[in-house]
Amino acid sequence: MSPISRGFHGRRSDEAATPGRVPPGQYVTHDFPVLSAGPTPHTPTEAWTFSIRRARDVVKSWTWEEMRALPAETVTADIHCVTRWSKLDTQWQAVSVDTLLEQAGAEAAYVLAFSDGGYTTNLPIDDVSGGQAWVAFGYDGKPLEPEHGGPARLLVPHLYFWKSAKWVRGLELLDQDEPGFWETYGYHMYGDPWREQRYAGD
Amino acid sequence: MDALDGNAIGGLLHEVFGTEMTTATGTCASCGASGPVALFTVFLRAPGTVARCRTCSAILMVIVRAKGMNCVDLRGLARLDAA
Amino acid sequence: MAGTAVRRRLTWQVATVAAVRDETATVRTIELAPPDWAGHRAGQHLDVRLTAEDGYTAERSYSIASAPGEPVAITVQRLEDGEVSPYLTTELRAGDELEVRGPIGGYFVWDADSAASPLLLAAGGSGIVPLRSILRHRAHSGAVVPARLLYSVRSWPDVIYRGELEQCAGSVSVTYALTRQAPPGWTGHRGRVDATLLADVAWPIGREPVAYVCGPTSFVETIAEGLVSLGYPPQLVKTERFGGAGGS
Repeated sequence: MSPISRGFHGRRSDEAATPGRVPPGQYVTHDFPVLSAGPTPHTPTEAWTFSIRRARDVVKSWTWEEMRALPAETVTADIHCVTRWSKLDTQWQAVSVDTLLEQAGAEAAYVLAFSDGGYTTNLPIDDVSGGQAWVAFGYDGKPLEPEHGGPARLLVPHLYFWKSAKWVRGLELLDQDEPGFWETYGYHMYGDPWREQRYAGD
Repeated sequence: MDALDGNAIGGLLHEVFGTEMTTATGTCASCGASGPVALFTVFLRAPGTVARCRTCSAILMVIVRAKGMNCVDLRGLARLDAA
Repeated sequence: MAGTAVRRRLTWQVATVAAVRDETATVRTIELAPPDWAGHRAGQHLDVRLTAEDGYTAERSYSIASAPGEPVAITVQRLEDGEVSPYLTTELRAGDELEVRGPIGGYFVWDADSAASPLLLAAGGSGIVPLRSILRHRAHSGAVVPARLLYSVRSWPDVIYRGELEQCAGSVSVTYALTRQAPPGWTGHRGRVDATLLADVAWPIGREPVAYVCGPTSFVETIAEGLVSLGYPPQLVKTERFGGAGGS
């Protein structure tokens, strides 16, 4: 049984969040921790594209300019990392994935988001549509920094934040659910923070 | 956040393998490069610990701590030879 | 004894903090009294685990600053946005408990009794800590291998163990690189370590030296690459990368 370290609190906020605001097992932070499984990619926007594809076939693709020409919105959301920190009222500038799926005329049961550097994560299509998911290129009024996933990341705040793939480059349309990076290594296929679905089997 | 090296996970690896591992030799299943675990490129700040090949960046080892257990994936290593 | 591999389980134990000593404005040495310490080798580290009242835990690794045979001590640099280091360097006091496990490491170690090669030590910021353990071990053991230390820090007040390094100037040649600010009249190197300085300080490869490089990742990679360019065989350039602020 570990002894309590006298006077140690960590960097967590002492504030008591409104009951029900923060999912079980989480604590609120005012920082924005950077978590990564690999080196930070630095893709110039001139070389950046976002594609919706089925296997290797590109259904629709956008260049950076084309993406930025789409209607964008400011999204304010609480985000919850599986490593237990939550950050409230984060602000993003983003394009709704609904817009992208509509333009692609895409239909599928699941998607696998894929990123520069090889990261992937899987989601049901219902969870990246209906106003629940975005491709975010701005944070707090400024261009999204590479260490936080810039030029653009996926933003799916209702699920644990590992589903909000940094450095996102597209969505692969799938008929069946397939585990992405962290899901392969034991994390939950769906990842609902309100049901504390952190690990496979939760 | 810059990557660290295998020295930084010496304690974790000792916990997983039951012995000092930073002097063990790992061979990358992707490019064949071989060297001490101490020189793996290590990313600590993640939902799990990821060790990559210093030569080609392929993933060598992933350790996830889930429900009090260490889940260890070594599929990225063709070989891991104790010192 | 140094060099003997003692196989034992690595378990957490609760050490009492015996003493704390400030080395600089942001760096503190913490001397520990663990109940069951098997001894350590120069260059090894230990893991520290803190537990808050609500069960929240944080773990970090710190290099052992003391030589084999001395009471185990760590030296911690306070990182401005750190979670653990501010606690260890400002709150923790003698008499407190600290959960530790160690010693850890078998790669970045130096043993006096198997030493034959001239030693080149290169430290960036808090990377000096394990190298100080090596130097103290070398001094205590009476090892005759020559040693050179290249120590890169932001400014003169950031030099850790300054008095000690001044005292052993006779037995180890110390070269400083002050990367941001130098005191008036400074005739030493200003700015980051460059190829010229490294070539000046490094033992020529004909002497068959061994190098230990420790500090922030960018420092370690620059120095290690530089030494390999000077002809050092990569396997004789030992590296240990730290996270957080350092010598730049």
